Amino acid sequence: MSTTIPLGPVLDTTVAPGAGARVVEPQLPRLLFTNTHHLCPGCGEPLAIRALAEALEDLDLVDTAICSLGIGCYTSFSGTVDVELVQALHGRAPSLATGIKRMQPGATVFTLQGDGDMVNEGLQEVLHTAARGESVTCVLLNNGVFGETGGHMTATSVIGQRTKNTIDGRDAAYHGYPILIGDLIARLEGSAYVARGSVHNAGSVARTKKMLKRAFETQRRREGFSFVEVLTMCPTGWFIPTSEGPEYLSSTLGEVHIMGELKADGVIRTTEELHAENVRKAAELDAQLARGGLED
Amino acid sequence: MTVATTDRTLMEGSEALVRAAILADCKFFAGYPMTPFTEVLEHFAELLPAVDGVCINAESELEAVGMAWGAVSAGARAATGSTGQGLALMQESFSEATLAEMPIVIFNMSRSQGDYFQATRGGGHGDYRHIVLAPQDVREGVEIVQLAFHLADKWRNPVMIYGDYLLAHTQESVSVEKVDFPPLPPKDWAVDGSTSGTGHSRTVTSLGVAKPGEREFGQEGKAQYIATKMAFLEREVRSESGHCDDAETVIVTFGSAAKFVKYAVAQLRDEGLKVGYVRPITLWPFPMDAVHDAAVGARVVGSFEISSGQMVDDVRIAVAGAAPVEYIGGVSSDHSGFGLGRLLDVDEIRERIRALHEGRPQPVVPGYEEFSYEPLPHQLEGTP
Repeated sequence: MSTTIPLGPVLDTTVAPGAGARVVEPQLPRLLFTNTHHLCPGCGEPLAIRALAEALEDLDLVDTAICSLGIGCYTSFSGTVDVELVQALHGRAPSLATGIKRMQPGATVFTLQGDGDMVNEGLQEVLHTAARGESVTCVLLNNGVFGETGGHMTATSVIGQRTKNTIDGRDAAYHGYPILIGDLIARLEGSAYVARGSVHNAGSVARTKKMLKRAFETQRRREGFSFVEVLTMCPTGWFIPTSEGPEYLSSTLGEVHIMGELKADGVIRTTEELHAENVRKAAELDAQLARGGLED
Repeated sequence: MTVATTDRTLMEGSEALVRAAILADCKFFAGYPMTPFTEVLEHFAELLPAVDGVCINAESELEAVGMAWGAVSAGARAATGSTGQGLALMQESFSEATLAEMPIVIFNMSRSQGDYFQATRGGGHGDYRHIVLAPQDVREGVEIVQLAFHLADKWRNPVMIYGDYLLAHTQESVSVEKVDFPPLPPKDWAVDGSTSGTGHSRTVTSLGVAKPGEREFGQEGKAQYIATKMAFLEREVRSESGHCDDAETVIVTFGSAAKFVKYAVAQLRDEGLKVGYVRPITLWPFPMDAVHDAAVGARVVGSFEISSGQMVDDVRIAVAGAAPVEYIGGVSSDHSGFGLGRLLDVDEIRERIRALHEGRPQPVVPGYEEFSYEPLPHQLEGTP
């Protein structure tokens, strides 16, 4: 049995609204001091940090939270997020988080790092922290580029991606291949929850927040190391118009670093498997649309 | 700072140092094995769990210092350590942790005294100093380890204990007893999660950034704040002097070598030679006044150190022209490269001091005659 879902009603934007827009509920998460930030227009990191703040609040973990913060654009949030913070050197946040957690076992300890910080400079830190099964959560904001230095290749830049030091696009023969960090971590016995989210549209933000909550729950239950990668837009570092950020993320980074849960409830699913599943789902969707409608 | 010796036990140096750290309430240690530091890590691994502490065998020295940084930021007394090469890897963290005011204690069991510059100048970025304490033996090391934890917390600054193969590996008859220090204020800056979401969450940072209501330094302001703090750390200078009142020849020496120098000086005094010594206990701050005071009235000042001549720079600064300063040490090691070698011998040292006292050239370091560098002709062209 199948039914056709009508497209509409759609908000009419050709005429002025009858009343002004109004805030229907508080928009500022408890852990944010302000709605403003210092980053570029179109940056995805503020969305990810907001999701993180909301996840801690939803789980009632606010008064246990300690962040070990890496060095990158997101470091500018250190003054605007109401979470206890220990500033780490570039790449070193997981070892600091380890020391913090071992001395404060009741705290919810997480790192916030970029792809340059975690996957370039500090790769062995995050891998060993995962292998030890350290009861911390590492959060990776992955935009495939060194945003703060002005758009240079990182270990997660995808093949063909143009950066300031891969002017003609990342060439595998010359620059090597991107690292799928989530897959490496998922294979380690010490990791309990590994997921890759994104913030390029509202649905993915909501899904990412769920992943962050699952990661913090994993930590709370002391099941092992938890990891959430969040793909974020960096139109400045990608050298594209601000408005094209979400689409660029979806069509380039998002085609390689596939969104989904890589390890949950003891089941490992590789990025390749997630990709195959997406291809299968898309084919099904196409077939349904070709038949004239979406099934229930 | 003296300890009453009641029960003395024959104990390896590294074990005694670790037991002293635990008496000082050290609850966390992270390190990476490396001779001659390894046994410090071994004893922490064995002894910390019994006091609800944690010892982690880190994946490298980079992470070892990071873990210690995290542990002290959470309010615990914590330490890391290594030998010269491993400490070289930690330098970025040492300097940044100083900016973040992290009271990390560092066990440096060096392979010689040639890491004096590394310990007192460091290889990290920016303006920073660490108090560096150099015990002469295991007995003094027991007190100095506890002093290191006290000074680190007192000043919120990393403190290094500069030991060596001899200190770490010698069995001495020691009594490991608690040393009492004046009380310190509570660590209300440390993180435990409890202030998150209160509007006054704590920040432990080197960057000078701040949350609303916190003191904001800015990066330059933080650097200036730390630079001006270093002048106060200089008040922690410590040294020991002997026979300097009428000394014609003054020897400056530190660490394990000092114990041998002191013995040689006593022998020379018995012979009637007017020689004395100054032993910096803090390598930084260097005891400038003690060395200068000893040099005034002396005929010559010698720096005995097992290196190619590093501390001699500080001795020259301290003496400030009051007397000629000569380097009378040498590079010396055992075959492993880990020890202090043939120069650590009272007879050798005594004859070097005697040669200095009598204005004769220094003897060649025994065993290394064939390794003296011989320049090629083109290398000497254009040089005086």
